[in-house]
Amino acid sequence: MAETILELTDVQAHYGRIQALKGITLNLEKGEIVSIIGANGAGKSTTLMTICGIIKASAGTVRYKGQVINDMSPDKLPGLGLCQVPEGRRIFPRLTVEENLDMGAFHRKDKAEIKRDVEMVFDLFPILRQRRHQAGGSMSGGEQQMLAMARALMTRPEVLLLDEPSLGLAPIIVAHLFEIIKDINKEKGVSILLVEQNANIALNTANRGYVLETGHVVMQDEAQTLLNNPDIRKAYLGE
Amino acid sequence: MTHVFKTIWFKFAFAMVWLYFLLWPLMDLNSDGTITFDKSFAVWIRIVVVVAVLLTLYRLKKRGTFEPVANGVHRVTAPLRSRLGLVPGWVWLLLIFAFMLALPQFTERRVHDVVISVLIYVCLGMGLNIVIGLCGLLDLGYIAFYGVGAYTYALCALYFGLPFWLCLPLAGIFAAIAGCIIGYPTLRMRGDYLAIVTLGFGEIVRIILNNWMSLTNGPNGVSAKPMTVWAPVFEGGFHIEAIPLRNLADLYYVIFFLAILIIIGVHRLNFSRVGRAWEAIREDETAAELMGVNTYMFKLMAYAMGAMFGGIAGAFFAARMGFVAPESFSFMESALVLSIVVLGGMASIPGIIMGAVAIIALPEVFREFSEYRMLAFGGAMTIMMLVRPAGLIPAKRMGERGEEKE
Repeated sequence: MAETILELTDVQAHYGRIQALKGITLNLEKGEIVSIIGANGAGKSTTLMTICGIIKASAGTVRYKGQVINDMSPDKLPGLGLCQVPEGRRIFPRLTVEENLDMGAFHRKDKAEIKRDVEMVFDLFPILRQRRHQAGGSMSGGEQQMLAMARALMTRPEVLLLDEPSLGLAPIIVAHLFEIIKDINKEKGVSILLVEQNANIALNTANRGYVLETGHVVMQDEAQTLLNNPDIRKAYLGE
Repeated sequence: MTHVFKTIWFKFAFAMVWLYFLLWPLMDLNSDGTITFDKSFAVWIRIVVVVAVLLTLYRLKKRGTFEPVANGVHRVTAPLRSRLGLVPGWVWLLLIFAFMLALPQFTERRVHDVVISVLIYVCLGMGLNIVIGLCGLLDLGYIAFYGVGAYTYALCALYFGLPFWLCLPLAGIFAAIAGCIIGYPTLRMRGDYLAIVTLGFGEIVRIILNNWMSLTNGPNGVSAKPMTVWAPVFEGGFHIEAIPLRNLADLYYVIFFLAILIIIGVHRLNFSRVGRAWEAIREDETAAELMGVNTYMFKLMAYAMGAMFGGIAGAFFAARMGFVAPESFSFMESALVLSIVVLGGMASIPGIIMGAVAIIALPEVFREFSEYRMLAFGGAMTIMMLVRPAGLIPAKRMGERGEEKE
C-alpha cells in the first residue's frame, strides 16, 4: 500500500455556533486523485478550508506527511508542498498573469527555478503565455481557472487541493481542464484532492471517492464502484 | 435622434431645478430670518448658462461637427507628438526636478507657502497610499501618525533639546511604533469594521494629545523650535554653528528632498516582493494567505510603513509651523489625505502628486471664492469620480490589458 500523505481524523469545524463538519475522516495516498462529492452545503469547501487552516478545526487532527498541521498558520503550508486552488478561482484580478504566477512562487527564493517553472506552466496552459501581460480579472472564466491552477503549481505542490474547478465553465473547457488535472497527477506525481459538484467527471477522473452529506462522510469507495452505485447515480448523477 | 436629444435636455432641466433647490437654502436663508431669492438665483443662472454651453458643445462633438477641425489640429500636432514621445522618461523627470529646484528663485513667499503645504501632503499621501492603495486597508485615522510625528519633534526639542535632524528619524520610528500599537488589535478586522475602528483610534490619539496637559500642554499646543543646519560661520573666528532655518525658501528645499526620498522609497517598495504581497492582500486576502503570504504581518508592516512616512511629514510640519496643537490633527485632515489618494489614483505615485496639487493648491488659487470653496470642491470631486473613476493618473498596473500594450 502506498504511503498516506494527507490524513483527516474525525475533523470538526464550526461557523460560529453552526457546525459545518461533524467528524470527517479521510485520507489521501501519495500519487492518487481522490474526489469529494456532495450537494450544496455538505461541507466540501469547508473541508478544504479546514485542511489549509483558514478555518480552524474545532476537533480532530489534520496530518500532512505525518505532521499535525491543525494549528499551523496557513501561510506556512505552500512551503511544505500543500496548496489549494480555492472555489471561485480567486486569482488577483488587477495583477497581470505573470504577477499572479509570481505570487504562487512567493515562498520560493530560487529565481532560476522559478523562471523555469513559469515556462513549464506556460507549456501546460499555452493561452496564459499569450496573456502574460494582461490583468487576470480581464480574462474569461476558463482562463482564470487555468491561471488559478498554474499559480498553485508555481508553489511546487506535492498535494493539490482543487475546489470546484468546473464551476461556471462550459463543458468542453471542463473536459480540457480535467485532462490537464490528470496530466498534473501522472507526470508531476502531484497527489490531488478534488472537490466537485459535477460527480460524473469527478469520479471518472479520480481513483477513489468520498460522498459528503451535511458534514458527514456517508460513503467511500473506489471511484468506479461509486459510479455504478444506484443510490449515487440517483442522488448525484440525475438518474 | 430627436428623441435622445429631447431626453437629454429634459434631464438637464431636471438637474438644474434640483441644483436650485440645493443652492437656495444654502445662500438665501439669512441668519436674520429673512428669506430672499436673488443671491442664489444670480449664482444659479450663471451655472445654468455655463452648463448649457458645455452640453451644447458636447452634443455637437458627439455628432461630429468638430471633426474636420480636430483632424486638422491632429495632422499638425502628430509629428510633434511622436517626436516628444521619443524623449525618454528620465529627461522629463530631470526637467521637472530642475524646475522644482529653481522654483523658489523666481517666486514669492505666498507661492513657497502653498508649495510647502502641497509637498507635506504629497508625503502624507504617499504614506496613506501604502496602506490604502497598495494594501487595500481603509484607514480613516491616518492623521494620528502625522500628529505623533509632529509632537515627537516638538516635545523632544522642548524637553531634551534634540536637534531636528535627530528627531526626524525618531518621529518616523515613534509613528511606526504607534502604527504597530494601533494596528495590532485593529488589523484582525476587515473592510468596513477596520475603517470604523481606525477612525476611533485616530480620534483617541487626538483626544490624548488634547487632554494630557502635563506633557502636551493640551489644547493650547506646544511651540516647536525651528530646524537648524550646521554651517560654517566666519564671524568671530571660523567655527561651525547650528543656524536656525527660518527662510521659507530654505524650508522648501528641506521638504522637497524629504518628499523625493519618500517617493523613491515608496516606488521601490511598490515594485519589491513586499509590494507584490501587499497588492495580493488588496486583491484577495484569503488567496494571498493560501499562496504563502503571512497576511497579518504584511498588513502590520504596511500600517507601520505608512505611519512612518506620516510621522516624518509631521516632524517637518511642526518645525515649519513652529507650533503644534491637537486641532491640526482632526478627522477633516484624514479625510483630506484620503481624498488626495482617491482623487489622484490609488497606488499611483504621479496620481497622488497631482491629487495633492489639485486638493491643496487649487483651493489656495481660488481663495477669492472662499465662501463657496467647499461647494466647488464637492462638485469637482463628484465630476472627477464620474469622468475618471480610477483617479487623475490611474496606476499603470491596475486593469491594464495585454492587447493595449502590444
